[in-house]
Amino acid sequence: MGVALARSAQWTAARYGTRALETTPLNEAILEEIMMFVESFIYKHPQEAKYVFVEPLEWKTNLDPSAFESGYIVSETTVKSEEVDKDGQPLLFLSVPHIKIRSFGQLSRFLLTAKDTKLKEAQACIEANEGPVTKILGLDYNTMKEDTSVVNILDKITKEEDPASEIKMKLGKLLEQLDLHLLNHSLRHISLEIRLNPTIVKNDIELLKHFSGKGEQTVLESIDYTSDYEFSNGCRAPPWRQIHGEICYVLVKPHDVETLCITCSAEGVFLNGGKTNDEGEINYERKSEIYKDLVTFLKEKSAKFSENMSKQDVRFSEEWKKEKEEPKEAPKKEEAAAPRKALPASSKSMLEKNQINFGKSQMTKRLEPSLNWKATIDFKEHKSLLRDIQEEKRGGRLERSGPPVSPGRAQLIHKSAEKIEEMISESSSESEEDEEPPDHRQEANADLPSEYWQIQKLVKYLKGGNQTATVIALCSMKDFNLAQETCQLAIRDVGGLEVLINLLDTDEVKCKIGSLKILKEISHNPQIRRNIVDLGGLPILVNILDSPHKSLKCLAAETIANVAKFRRARRAVRRHGGITKLVALLDCAQNSGEPAQSSLYDARDVEVARCGALALWSCSKSYANKEAIRRAGGILLLAGLLKTSHENMLIPVVGTLQECASEENYRAAIKAERIIENLVKNLNSENEQLQEHCAMAIYQCAEDKETRDLVRLHGGLKPLASLLNNTDNKERLAAVTGAIWKCSISKENVTKFREYKAIETLVGLLTDQPEEVLVNVVGALGECCQEYENRVLVRKCGGIQPLVNLLVGINQTLLVNVTKAVGACAVEPESMMIIDRLDGVRLLWSLLKNPHPDVKASAAWALCPCIQNAKDAGEMVRSFVGGLELVVNLLKSDNKEVLASVCAAITNIAKDQENLAVITDHGVVPLLSKLANTNNDKLRRHLAEAISRCCMWGRNRVTFGEYKAVAPLVRYLKSNDANVHRATAQALYQLSEDADNCITMHENGAVKLLLDMVGSPDQDLQEAAAGCISNIRRLALATEKARYT
Amino acid sequence: FFLCKYYAFFKSLFKVCSHENVKKSEVECLLRVFHSLVEKANVRLNNFGLDRNAFRAILHSIFGMTDDMLMNRVFFAFDKDNDNCINAKEWVKGLSVFLRGTFEEKLKFCFEVYYLNGDGYISREEIFDMLKNSLHQQTSEEETDEGIKELVDITLKKMDYDNDGKISFADFEKAVKEERLLLEVFGPRLPEAKFSEPEEPA
Repeated sequence: MGVALARSAQWTAARYGTRALETTPLNEAILEEIMMFVESFIYKHPQEAKYVFVEPLEWKTNLDPSAFESGYIVSETTVKSEEVDKDGQPLLFLSVPHIKIRSFGQLSRFLLTAKDTKLKEAQACIEANEGPVTKILGLDYNTMKEDTSVVNILDKITKEEDPASEIKMKLGKLLEQLDLHLLNHSLRHISLEIRLNPTIVKNDIELLKHFSGKGEQTVLESIDYTSDYEFSNGCRAPPWRQIHGEICYVLVKPHDVETLCITCSAEGVFLNGGKTNDEGEINYERKSEIYKDLVTFLKEKSAKFSENMSKQDVRFSEEWKKEKEEPKEAPKKEEAAAPRKALPASSKSMLEKNQINFGKSQMTKRLEPSLNWKATIDFKEHKSLLRDIQEEKRGGRLERSGPPVSPGRAQLIHKSAEKIEEMISESSSESEEDEEPPDHRQEANADLPSEYWQIQKLVKYLKGGNQTATVIALCSMKDFNLAQETCQLAIRDVGGLEVLINLLDTDEVKCKIGSLKILKEISHNPQIRRNIVDLGGLPILVNILDSPHKSLKCLAAETIANVAKFRRARRAVRRHGGITKLVALLDCAQNSGEPAQSSLYDARDVEVARCGALALWSCSKSYANKEAIRRAGGILLLAGLLKTSHENMLIPVVGTLQECASEENYRAAIKAERIIENLVKNLNSENEQLQEHCAMAIYQCAEDKETRDLVRLHGGLKPLASLLNNTDNKERLAAVTGAIWKCSISKENVTKFREYKAIETLVGLLTDQPEEVLVNVVGALGECCQEYENRVLVRKCGGIQPLVNLLVGINQTLLVNVTKAVGACAVEPESMMIIDRLDGVRLLWSLLKNPHPDVKASAAWALCPCIQNAKDAGEMVRSFVGGLELVVNLLKSDNKEVLASVCAAITNIAKDQENLAVITDHGVVPLLSKLANTNNDKLRRHLAEAISRCCMWGRNRVTFGEYKAVAPLVRYLKSNDANVHRATAQALYQLSEDADNCITMHENGAVKLLLDMVGSPDQDLQEAAAGCISNIRRLALATEKARYT
Repeated sequence: FFLCKYYAFFKSLFKVCSHENVKKSEVECLLRVFHSLVEKANVRLNNFGLDRNAFRAILHSIFGMTDDMLMNRVFFAFDKDNDNCINAKEWVKGLSVFLRGTFEEKLKFCFEVYYLNGDGYISREEIFDMLKNSLHQQTSEEETDEGIKELVDITLKKMDYDNDGKISFADFEKAVKEERLLLEVFGPRLPEAKFSEPEEPA
């Protein structure tokens, strides 16, 4: 009772002076519970009811002495109970208005006597008596339970063998039970009034959006905010409504009921009066009960929703399991922890506070979920109660946070976790090797290979021997097959790794060399790499790079090259200044590069530089390391090394460059340092790996036009083309085709490629190649086909068929490239015939449904030439069932590229009158009009073209005017893009056929802008502008005429 | 008297050393060092050279060698004519290998230091002798002996290519060529690698 009263009852803010309980439902409920307990006490526990309190409970009562009946000695102003304690003191003593009661029996009776006013009395009693439990049971009881477990109390009490204390103990128990009960009760109460906050609401809505849409499977048809504007506090309600705690208003369209207009407020979710149609104002009045959250509300309102929701639940809970494993700190989301879960958690807190073991069996079950409960529950009333738990949990278990989130939100959290992960990942090439391999240690006694015992013996000598013995042991350890995993793991499992790393820290050069030779080998194993990093090996390795000993440097660098294959290791290398030192290694060869030096030293320096480059290659997979290499002046040194002719050296050098070329800085430097020349030179080398990396580096750099030209100038195109003929090495082929793709963005390069017969070869590569190769081949063909000759060539080589076949793939990049290539081919009517025959247009059309916006856009672009060049295009387009509706609906996309491409497609579709009629029916006009307010010139151009085409049908001109598309169009004339001008002028010309539009244009100052356009060298633009002006002018004349007649 | 002796030696030595990597000036230096050492070491005139103790003192103070037995062996390896005394010629020759020897020379020198009983092989017993101090931290002598025996086995397994229980020069050469670190397999023989750069095996 004490805890419940102290913590959960809602005391008025003023704690000083007289304490008073607020009149809230919660408090009433608590009082009610207490009264029930007290009233029934005398019947249920007659023994304990006689127990005399250590101190009386005193308060002011309103009860009149006359109310007391039998069993009391009543006078005018005093009442004494007949029941007395050992010393003859009455157990109830009332002297108006003060009352003192000293046993539960009397309390019970008193309440019975009070009848109607008992609630008031109980409240007064509790308000007046701070710490009722202490008063009842005595101070020692209270202190005892604070620091020891109940068992101790039990012990103590039972030892005393005193009937009085036995009763006392029982009473104590009863009170605890009441306390527990009260807390549970009040929590249940509180949980019903969770306060919502904007974040929760937003998350809920986002989540529901995710599962909304057309179709039977979704939970809702649609869910949208009424207002797009979000205040900085996350609310969308207007400020004067926020005062009322309202957060936002949502329009929800479930499958089976009408659209609901819902208010989400801090109190909960309820139905409001709906939108009053004209001004979009909302009738804020509450029209339904308040529900605790959106999901509950919708479940209540829509049967379909709850049905589909329960289906989704299965998925949610799966996600939830995953979620559990992910380290996650999103306390604000957990604020929403489902009330069901909140209960056991707080009952745990009571357990901790009260140290009760009562009702253990029933408690333990509920305890389980609370073990991994970490939350920031922000219930208004319960802060004080729960703060303690929170802190405790946060401190202790931040990492293992499998929070019992309500299933609905799990999905969302999961998504956001993914997003965070995306943000963290440093570089594209990073992720592949970064998964932690399962750390399977060998079972202690499970069939160990003989090597295991031999290695164990050797490690013993490493540990216990002097230098001589150590060297012998190291040398014989080297004789094992260290490439074999059993040996690698054996060394680790017998503790050899620690010793080897320790040896690196000694002064014994021979031991270091021996140890490094072993480490170099075993660090090929991903687990060993991690162990080396865990044992702090990297800083030591990095230090060795400073050694004057060249073979030591080499070995250390090579080991680093092996170890730095995962991100943590790369970071460690950087943190300990390894990058600078590795870059310094590259310098060795430079100084002694002159022929004057003896060849012996030269060879060794080259070796050092090679190892340095090898290590840098590994390290360069992290973005920050690329930066560090650049800052340490690595680019210049790498460029210098590239001039050498040592093949072994070139591979890591080019590998590093290729890895780094993903950065803009590097690409610029590569251009500036004349690295391309050397890359091209090395394309001619014999080494396949070197060729591959060179091609890869060119691929990375050739996004830049100058670089492409450089490749051509240095004669790089020919070796690239000739490498195409060798298709056995797929990695190299992928790199080479990639380089060709990027190079063929320049027209001059394409011409060269045609000369070298690369296009025929590329077409030949369209079949039976892995996806990486296909992406590049198709990309290259797409670029090549921008030219007429090549289109013919591709057709003649039979390239169209395989291209169309590739349209059914799933790889996004590939699809983007394929659609582009097919689109390029479709420019040629003859090729178009083939595409049509192969049903390529249908395939393209179906790609409009692809979830990826790039694919959508690319497919829509490709459709344009198809529709332009197909015979009976109109008929063909109509033959796609639902195709036109699909296209029109894509206008709702929010991707500018998709919108522009779809506008272009619509322009082409609308050339056919019948199709234009169909898309008009599908509501193309309002959708186009909605897009008019854009600043994107590409979109503007195609949008204007689409509008001008769509004007050709029925009332469309007028409708565009009604949907306010005209005024924004006039503004397009101020753009800097001539293409936009032309398209806009044409659109305006079409629109100006309608008188109202003319007025709008005139009002928006179109005439002056158009007059400028008339002077343009572009004939189409001239004509359209002039036509538009003439329409406006004609209207003006007509009005004047009308006025005067 | 000294000087004339010195020049006589120098002439012959120069012939000896001309094919080696040691420069003339270096030979001069070595000789000068030798003479200063000889004077210090209280040399008897008739022997005219360093006796074993003096040599050991030198090895210890200059090259940091500590192992008694090995120092003896180095002494015997230097002392080509087995007169228990190192004369100037032996001194220069020995040191030229010691400091500037080619890989092959060092190889040969090390092997000589190791086998020494004259049969041209390093036997199991010899290895045991040489390695017996190489383990520490062992509690009882027995355990140490056991450990060393195992170590010898390991070594033999590694180096004895013809499996005759002893290491011939061919074995030694092969093993060391394969793994440079084995050159001083039975204890440090040459000046610390700190002073000279070890090369990778040919």
